[in-house]
Amino acid sequence: MQFDSLADFMAMGGHGYYVWSVYAIGLAVLVINLMVPLLGERQLIAQAQKLRIRELKRAQAEAESGQQK
Amino acid sequence: MGVRGQRIFRGYFSLFINGYIVNPAPYSAKLCCIVFSGKFNAVWKWFHKLGAPKSFFEMTGLWLPLLGVLTILLLVTGMVWGLVFAPQDYQQGQAFRIMYIHVPASILAQSSYLMMASAGVVFLVWKIKLADVALQCAAPIGASITFLALITGSIWGKPMWGTWWVWDARLTSTLVLLFLFVGVMALRSAMENQATAGRATSILAVVGLVNLPIIKFSVDWWNTLHQPASFSLTEKPAMPAEMYQPLLVMVLGFYVFFFLIWIMRMRLEILRREHRTDWVRRWYAARTQHAI
Repeated sequence: MQFDSLADFMAMGGHGYYVWSVYAIGLAVLVINLMVPLLGERQLIAQAQKLRIRELKRAQAEAESGQQK
Repeated sequence: MGVRGQRIFRGYFSLFINGYIVNPAPYSAKLCCIVFSGKFNAVWKWFHKLGAPKSFFEMTGLWLPLLGVLTILLLVTGMVWGLVFAPQDYQQGQAFRIMYIHVPASILAQSSYLMMASAGVVFLVWKIKLADVALQCAAPIGASITFLALITGSIWGKPMWGTWWVWDARLTSTLVLLFLFVGVMALRSAMENQATAGRATSILAVVGLVNLPIIKFSVDWWNTLHQPASFSLTEKPAMPAEMYQPLLVMVLGFYVFFFLIWIMRMRLEILRREHRTDWVRRWYAARTQHAI
């Protein structure tokens, strides 16, 4: 342990502003990188879901019009 | 040359000087044994399988959880170790802890470009579609990591050098690296035709390789504020072990993270490109509702 207290840790020997902004930006870049493919997968599945529902509705409508004839 | 190599060489040499073919069979049999031995064959088959989109998708599906856990373990360990336990630098005080983000990001920025360009070479030579996917998916990750290296370097430069930015060789060539990544992305999105876009981006990526030795040797070739490499594969680092051990963990963590995101992006791109195939349809079918 290199620090005596939490305040000491946050201050980083007077360079706290620089050190913590680097770690914040670093984490942000990592998290954004992770989110892009995760959200992309959800989006693809949602798109596929929409297409499937459209197909199912069309099939249903065709079946109903077939019954009416 | 080992004893065995010498024997093979002498064998062929005697064939040559005798001027007639004695019996090359033992030698060629030996060569065949090496090239087509069971082990080599298995490795080759494995790579071949990995090159097919469907098997790549299936295989990497199993790797993802492992890579994810490994990334978290390495990055959390490295960060806590570097932030709390590593001793402070006698010159830079606590500000040197910026190193644990800046150095891994810079190393990864360069090697991710190397990996992207290698994918470009594979695509240009063997026309493997998966290499094109790999190239396309590496570009945005590489760009973000290069951006991270630049911005953290800038924030480190302010308290240490007294300036956010100087137009010196190391910084400028790293900025060029960022432009190369962005250039690959822009070129890809500007071209409609998948095949031409693949070729064009591969060529751009391969030509951009020229920049890598410039970045690497910039600190030796030109006068610069930037310090020379603190790490090399062959020498012991100048800093104490308590300082560089967490750095090694962070570098490893960044690499594993890169592979994780790279694979995740490649899987999505495969789904997009292969959306007409049966196996992708089945993959979607398993994840969507079957009834209204």
